Amino acid sequence: MTNSATSPDVEAVQRMASELRHRGPDSLNIKCFPGVALAHTRLSIIDLKTGNQPIANEDKSIWVILNGEIYNYIELRKELVAKGHIFTTKSDTEVIVHLYEEYGDDFVIQLNGQFAIALCDRRNKRVLLIRDRVGIAPLFYTQNESGLMFASEVKSLLTTFKSSPTMNINALDQIFTFWSPVSPNTIFKDVYEISPGQMLVINYHEQGIEVQKSTYWDWNFPVNSDFCSLDESSSATKLKELLIDAVNIRLRSDVPVGAYLSGGLDSSAIAALINNYTDNQLRTFSIEFEEEGFDESNYQNLFRENLNTEHSSIRCANEDISSNFLKTIWHTESPILRTSPVPMQMLSGLVNEQNYKVVFTGEGADEVLGGYDIFKETKIRKFWSRFPNSKVRPLLLRKLYPYLNMSQGDAYLKLFFGQGLDTPERFSFSHLTRWSSTSQCKEFFSDDVKSSINQNALDTFQATLPKDFERWNYFNKAQYIEAKTLMDGYLLCSQGDRMLMSNSVEGRFPFLDHNVIEFANTLHPKLKMKGLNEKYLLKQAMSNELNKNIIGRYKQPYRAPNIQAFFGSDRKDYVHELLSESSIEKAGYFHSGKVNRLLKKIDKGRAIGNKDNMALVGILSTQAWHRHFIDNFQTHFKGTRRQEVCL
Amino acid sequence: MSVINKIRKEILENYLFSEDESELNNDESFLEYGIIDSTGVLELIFFLEEEFSIEVKDREMIPENLDSVTNLVNYLKAKGIE
Repeated sequence: MTNSATSPDVEAVQRMASELRHRGPDSLNIKCFPGVALAHTRLSIIDLKTGNQPIANEDKSIWVILNGEIYNYIELRKELVAKGHIFTTKSDTEVIVHLYEEYGDDFVIQLNGQFAIALCDRRNKRVLLIRDRVGIAPLFYTQNESGLMFASEVKSLLTTFKSSPTMNINALDQIFTFWSPVSPNTIFKDVYEISPGQMLVINYHEQGIEVQKSTYWDWNFPVNSDFCSLDESSSATKLKELLIDAVNIRLRSDVPVGAYLSGGLDSSAIAALINNYTDNQLRTFSIEFEEEGFDESNYQNLFRENLNTEHSSIRCANEDISSNFLKTIWHTESPILRTSPVPMQMLSGLVNEQNYKVVFTGEGADEVLGGYDIFKETKIRKFWSRFPNSKVRPLLLRKLYPYLNMSQGDAYLKLFFGQGLDTPERFSFSHLTRWSSTSQCKEFFSDDVKSSINQNALDTFQATLPKDFERWNYFNKAQYIEAKTLMDGYLLCSQGDRMLMSNSVEGRFPFLDHNVIEFANTLHPKLKMKGLNEKYLLKQAMSNELNKNIIGRYKQPYRAPNIQAFFGSDRKDYVHELLSESSIEKAGYFHSGKVNRLLKKIDKGRAIGNKDNMALVGILSTQAWHRHFIDNFQTHFKGTRRQEVCL
Repeated sequence: MSVINKIRKEILENYLFSEDESELNNDESFLEYGIIDSTGVLELIFFLEEEFSIEVKDREMIPENLDSVTNLVNYLKAKGIE
């Protein structure tokens, strides 16, 4: 976007779009007006024949591009047709322009879906950039003297940079605290994301552009414990109804739809609902690990045998992780502290090979319905904080972390998990132990990086909390923090959309339907976690649909091998290159002596702790990020090949 | 090498990843200063058992024995290792 007197540079827009072909390999279209250009790379899923974008309203004064899906488009279209709107396509995208005509900026609250939208209102010279409620579809922007550029991935924006980008050091500090930058920051200096549930309104006129930000949706919980009065049985029934609706509406597609199957409760629940309540022929995909400790294929097989699905799986060996790691970082566009995204990229590759473009996943259930260990940990610590001198209360932590039995005495439990016990009202109460543990990896930062950090990560995050946060139940506070740190910035992004779209596959997330979230948020936390039984209400809701072994199994977090993936018998040259003293010093983010000692410790087989594993993956991924986007900036982004473009 | 130097070398090299002696104060709490995390204690116990041929019993896994260089030295001394 530029001022309204300037025509966009079409070649620059072509270069931007060419970086996004993996997200939309089926067609590429660009529309330019004075002041605005819209480019769209399409992954055809709904209305294969006439759904190319940008799409306009009747008098072509409003244009839109959409990455994602509007699932309730059929209902919205009926209403809009009844109001006299004339549709020229059968696509979900077209409802956006007519809804905007009808309701203005508030139209967005009527959408049920996952979306990054750019809408241009030519008559009023304004552009809306809108991101879905929870951040499934990514949307980034940057602003310079040429104007404001936006795109689904940062690499597209980098084509407009005159010189190599630089790192946002505060964002690196945030990643090494929360696993993700605090929105709207990204690891790239001067590049921001549109935060989930937010909208950017850009007015453009002859003198230039003005930008305003607004929030149309956020996670919200009852204040002062004013929870929903439905009893347990009615709540379970209602939850199941909402999930069936969420699954049904997400099956709207003109191409076949598959489902990921991890062997856990969440993906099994979704697959069971598809199988039992829709006409869709269930097709499932899963990943198996060569390392036994990570593999869940027994449970995947158990579920498949029960439902008799057509199934494909891919087996991930340690060397697959090191072989694919660089490609993964090209797509995450961010340092990561665990290798877990890599197998997810392999899995979406399998889906693509099988000619599927759409998969359901169980992502979001843990955040929405209380599944994570950190919620249990918070509950125990809250219970403990009432009587901090109790010797018995902290022993509940052993139920949560069985390894504590082997390694530490009671006094250690108190030291590890007793942090912040005296201030249970503090916003960080639920996550302090995790954040402290992750922050230990900052020990590897170089002196330059340490001195460049000028924002406290926790303060930066605290400033983003909503005004009612303090009045929520402690369990809901933990849910909010989890949704806004790990889910938004890592699970849905680095491990979600970016790994799916790298292989041109769209993920669909029924647990993140806003109707499901809004209902679940009204529930008393004891329905989400009864005692220490996680996702209790979901288990009740699904009790007639799933095998008891799936419902009753001990929750196994999805993880992938870390250090052992890079330092086994097959060691890749790039690992040594990126971690060499000269590379570390040239990039400047880490202390080369400390990195060298970590490598020696790994060589001796002594690096077994969380800190060492997170540090190694964090350092290696940061170095890979630097190579991709800074060292190779000139060769890649300034020599981008042209694509055939339909103007 | 003396017991204290062996311990300091271990902590500096494998937990602080440093050769700078000034980074480690003998009385500093490993947990409080983020030198060792929850899984790191396990590593430390492996080191003690291998290096000094002792068995660290469950009841001995307390910060008073393991949470600083000084505490470790005293703990080993009580086990007859000097």
